[in-house]
Amino acid sequence: MTQGIYLDNNATTMVSPAVVEAMLPFFTEQFGNPSSMHQFGNRVGLALKQARAQVQTLLGAEHDSEIVFTSCGTESDSTAILSALRAQPERKEIITTVVEHPAVLALCEQLEKEGYKIHRLKVDSRGRLDIHEYMDLLSDRVAIVSAMWANNESGTLFPVEEMADLARSAGVMFHTDAVQAVGKVPINLKDTCIDMLSLSGHKLHAPKGVGVLYLRRNTRFRPLLRGGHQERGRRAGTENTASIVALGKACEEAMQHMEYEKTAVRQMRDRLERGILAAVPHCFVTGDPNNRLPNTCNIAFEYIEGEAILLLLNKQGIAASSGSACTSGSLEPSHVMRAMGIPFTAAHGTVRFSFSRYNTMDEVDQVIRAVPPIVAQLRKLSPYWGENGPVTDPERAFVPAYA
Amino acid sequence: MWDYSDKVKEHFFSPRNAGAVTGANAVGEVGSLSCGDALRLTLRVDPETQIIKDAGFQTFGCGSAIASSSALTEIIKGMTLDQALTVSNQDIADFLDGLPPEKMHCSVMGREALQAAVANYRGEVWKDDHAEGALVCKCFAVDAVMIEETIRANALSTVEDVTNYTKAGGGCSACHEGVEEILTRVLKEQGRVFDPTGAAPVLAKGKKLSNLQRIRRIEGAIEAIRPNLQRDRGDVELVEVDGKNVYVNMTGACVGCQMASTTLDGIQQRIVEDLGEFVRVLPASAMQHRV
Repeated sequence: MTQGIYLDNNATTMVSPAVVEAMLPFFTEQFGNPSSMHQFGNRVGLALKQARAQVQTLLGAEHDSEIVFTSCGTESDSTAILSALRAQPERKEIITTVVEHPAVLALCEQLEKEGYKIHRLKVDSRGRLDIHEYMDLLSDRVAIVSAMWANNESGTLFPVEEMADLARSAGVMFHTDAVQAVGKVPINLKDTCIDMLSLSGHKLHAPKGVGVLYLRRNTRFRPLLRGGHQERGRRAGTENTASIVALGKACEEAMQHMEYEKTAVRQMRDRLERGILAAVPHCFVTGDPNNRLPNTCNIAFEYIEGEAILLLLNKQGIAASSGSACTSGSLEPSHVMRAMGIPFTAAHGTVRFSFSRYNTMDEVDQVIRAVPPIVAQLRKLSPYWGENGPVTDPERAFVPAYA
Repeated sequence: MWDYSDKVKEHFFSPRNAGAVTGANAVGEVGSLSCGDALRLTLRVDPETQIIKDAGFQTFGCGSAIASSSALTEIIKGMTLDQALTVSNQDIADFLDGLPPEKMHCSVMGREALQAAVANYRGEVWKDDHAEGALVCKCFAVDAVMIEETIRANALSTVEDVTNYTKAGGGCSACHEGVEEILTRVLKEQGRVFDPTGAAPVLAKGKKLSNLQRIRRIEGAIEAIRPNLQRDRGDVELVEVDGKNVYVNMTGACVGCQMASTTLDGIQQRIVEDLGEFVRVLPASAMQHRV
């Protein structure tokens, strides 16, 4: 690990050394185009075949031809949703959730402008869906359901396998954005009714710029990019061979470390969470603590703002992320926090710590020591904070104009 | 990560004048909780001299909001209230060696907190003319509300119009889709349809004016407005005409008046109508920024 403490693994991860080693030859001696007939191409073609099998194993897919390599998670999401619309032009509705990643939400917003009806499932204060609301919306007017497996901000898991079953029985295609879940929770797609799944390489220690769309055999499909016959014509464009080989290796490693994620990584996360909650007053965990990714912890620090927290953490070499408006350059705090009804005074102060297998307990202890003074320092500046705690009735004690 | 200047970082890591001033006799509270920036400014003003003896801030906000608050208090300490009211948000940003376009609103918040605090001291009610939308043009820091209002006020119908009136879209052009969406929405409200191929309407017919005729006409327009300003003990004088830019000096009660920018807009609209061409009316202080 480089200098500093990296707790922002839901944003991106370090490429593992073994992955770097596996991909390097494909920039030099293994430079061939896998589509070529000669030996230069053939060897690369065999490497892609191996990578495809490695991804297949991690996802528990029935066939290796169900793995379609793409450039990123966003491309996989767009491909899946647009394919469902084009393959079923008579169906004009989409079901998704209010807490999806922008890769899905922004696309749906655009489709709404073009005349599609978008149903966005709401979540409760812990980020959970109302399965009855979902069931009521399933109909033969719906082209596709797209729901994330795990939320990138809170780590909350959606019951996607159960949702896919329900969609199947209603004759509706089901897609899941599993970018945050793959490699962190066991997945066995052949035992589910999930038709399509998106994953992104750089979230599991492969490089940026490579992703996968899992496409169940016999799912009606229309490609996003047409052209050459790569990926059996389902995603044209010369393969990003080095990164695909890297992703294969990363999937193999993820399979080996799955147990470690569920145990050691979880213990680090839990220790950090307990340590901070015990040392800092007026903060709380967002999302569903009993049903979330083992590596993610999202804490709302009340009465202070997240960007300021991150800048002070960064000064001590600690990297995390926040759901505040300022960190995203938007006018509102995170849509995920707002959807869970977290008040503004807390939503702006949310900080996400996300672990990987490269973190250590020693780092956890350093962060537990660093956080309380930073929070105290910023609260001293806050108009909501008095001598020793929040001012009485903070929402009424400070009422700025145009709030 | 934001590209903050060293000065911004310095004022964030070691803010000056943090906390409420003891014995404060002026308080200004502004900001928006949804946006995540809010500021309480407290001042101790000497009633004899009107000099700001002490200033303190309490801020809920990001790094640049805290740095802007700190800069504001440093700038205004020792000033009289009237002097302090001339401090613009650009002054605050300049003091910090600049702010990223997305963060300029932090400096605006500082200036408004000051206006609110002075109004509070003088027993006046401060009303904000503040409406802020999502940032559309990142090159020139123009937000959606500004674009929408300008489209309505001037009956604009093309992206080119919007660029001429607000500068939005005049840089990298990546925001043109966003500007088109706003145009589509606003025109729809007026029962019109946005036509992306439509040219900007000609403002007024007539042959081209000579330079002298042009300046005379600008003078005429300003003369016609002056009585209105004088009624409120303000005034305006023409300083320079440079191509499409008309520089004026606001004098008397217009100095430091929070309506000054609205007044400039009004003058601009009058001149544009009389002249039949688009011009921009700017305060004479902007002449130094000319290139």
